[in-house]
Amino acid sequence: MEKLVNDFSFGLFFWQIIILVVLILLLKKFAWKPILDALNAREQGIQDALDSAENARKEMQNLQADNEKLLKEARIERDNMIKEAREIKERMISEAKEEAQKEGEKMIVQAKATIQNEKNAALADLKNKVATLSVEIAEKVVREELSTKAKQEKLVEDMLDDVTLN
Amino acid sequence: MQKENIAKFLLACLLMFVSFNSQAFSAKEPQEGEDAKVNTEEEIQAYIDHHLQDSYYVNFFSDGETGAHYGFPLPVILWDGGLKVFSSGKFHHGEDIVEVDGQHYRLYHSHIYKTDAEGTITYNEAGFPANERPWDFSITKNVLTMILVSILMLIIFSQLAKTYQKRAFPKKFGRVLEPLVLYVRDEIAKPNIGKNYRKYTGFLLTVFFFIWILNLLGMTPLGVNVTGNIAVTFALALVTFIIVQFSGNKDYWKHIFWMPGVPVPMKIILAPIEVLGMFTKPFALMIRLFANMTAGHVIVMTLVGLIVIFQNWIAGPAFFGFTIFISVIELLVAFLQAYIFTLLSALYIGMAVEEHDHEHPADNEDIPVL
Repeated sequence: MEKLVNDFSFGLFFWQIIILVVLILLLKKFAWKPILDALNAREQGIQDALDSAENARKEMQNLQADNEKLLKEARIERDNMIKEAREIKERMISEAKEEAQKEGEKMIVQAKATIQNEKNAALADLKNKVATLSVEIAEKVVREELSTKAKQEKLVEDMLDDVTLN
Repeated sequence: MQKENIAKFLLACLLMFVSFNSQAFSAKEPQEGEDAKVNTEEEIQAYIDHHLQDSYYVNFFSDGETGAHYGFPLPVILWDGGLKVFSSGKFHHGEDIVEVDGQHYRLYHSHIYKTDAEGTITYNEAGFPANERPWDFSITKNVLTMILVSILMLIIFSQLAKTYQKRAFPKKFGRVLEPLVLYVRDEIAKPNIGKNYRKYTGFLLTVFFFIWILNLLGMTPLGVNVTGNIAVTFALALVTFIIVQFSGNKDYWKHIFWMPGVPVPMKIILAPIEVLGMFTKPFALMIRLFANMTAGHVIVMTLVGLIVIFQNWIAGPAFFGFTIFISVIELLVAFLQAYIFTLLSALYIGMAVEEHDHEHPADNEDIPVL
């Protein structure tokens, strides 16, 4: 202890205090303040960047979800449209078929009627022609049969014979 | 294999340092007179004592044979009824008595004493010189070292500050410094001081780097022992003490003079103990740093001295190995002591600025136990 007291250098203590205080003040002004400010700013910047990245990620997620939803909706809509179109197509086809059938039947009926009419007309015509022809033939035959006197007599005789027989 | 080579290289480097140091043992002691070499126990003891002391010279090494010193003298500044400035070279390493304005001064065992023209030294009962000592404001080796370290720190850290203006992350050497700065801020200042840590971080950073660099310089063959000088550690502890007292809030003073939560007689007993505690804390800081660094220097130099004393092929390498072992430990201690000094300073400041909340015992879990 005696030695410590004997060796204690007041001058060294004096300079040390001055140097230390000046050093603290100078370093604070020229080094620590800008360094700590820069570090804080950097950390704040990193934190902000992380936060904004997180936000962007969330937004992205939301967007993706929205997109998916839209896609899903679009898909459903498309499916509906296809289904509807198919239905319309089928309905149109069946309707067309029905219509065609009806039309066809109608045409067939009409054709049948026309054929019948034509047939009837032809038959009537034929009948008329046959009747005329028969009359003409009969006239000619009669005329032939009765062209001579003998023949006429013979006929009368035959007829009279028939009547007697009966 | 690669690791072994690196280890060998480091060993070689240390060997160079240590051998350089041990070379110095062969140097002639200025006060020893005729002896050319330092190789007895007493001489080594004196050499170690001398090394631990501050010096008025910067002595790189001395030639034991010729007695020549390689280095340069430093200015001596005395206040003795007026300012007296002269070069320490005038003492011729203690051999000459310097006369300034009719007053004689003698350099005796690293201190300047007022003497008569013959340089007579009288001793007191304890065996210490009883001569009057002038007020001594000399720029000694330790002062010079501190000034150089301060300039170095100013350059390094203002450069670091500048790099932050250009980029967010420093390059090269700044990458080494930044983690240390962050370490002091995040591991020492923030957890111990609390929300007002920013105000004290500058002080803590300065003290941390100042002590650490000086501790490391003590490991070099330059032979400086700044942090192992009690005047230096006293100044450091005093600054901590002043900062703690000036930042103490109402709670801090209340806890010292009128401890809440204890009976009145206890309050009266506790007050002087707490007042004593105000002083023992920085006192412990001062002694811890001083004793650790001095002890480290003494051990390393003693081990080197043992090589010189034994001077044989078995003890030599053995003590050489010990020296390296202790030197490596001292490297750790150099950091550790800087860390502990800073940490405890932060702790004491934290205790002074802490917000207590005794009205709500339920909240006590939130208050860190210090």
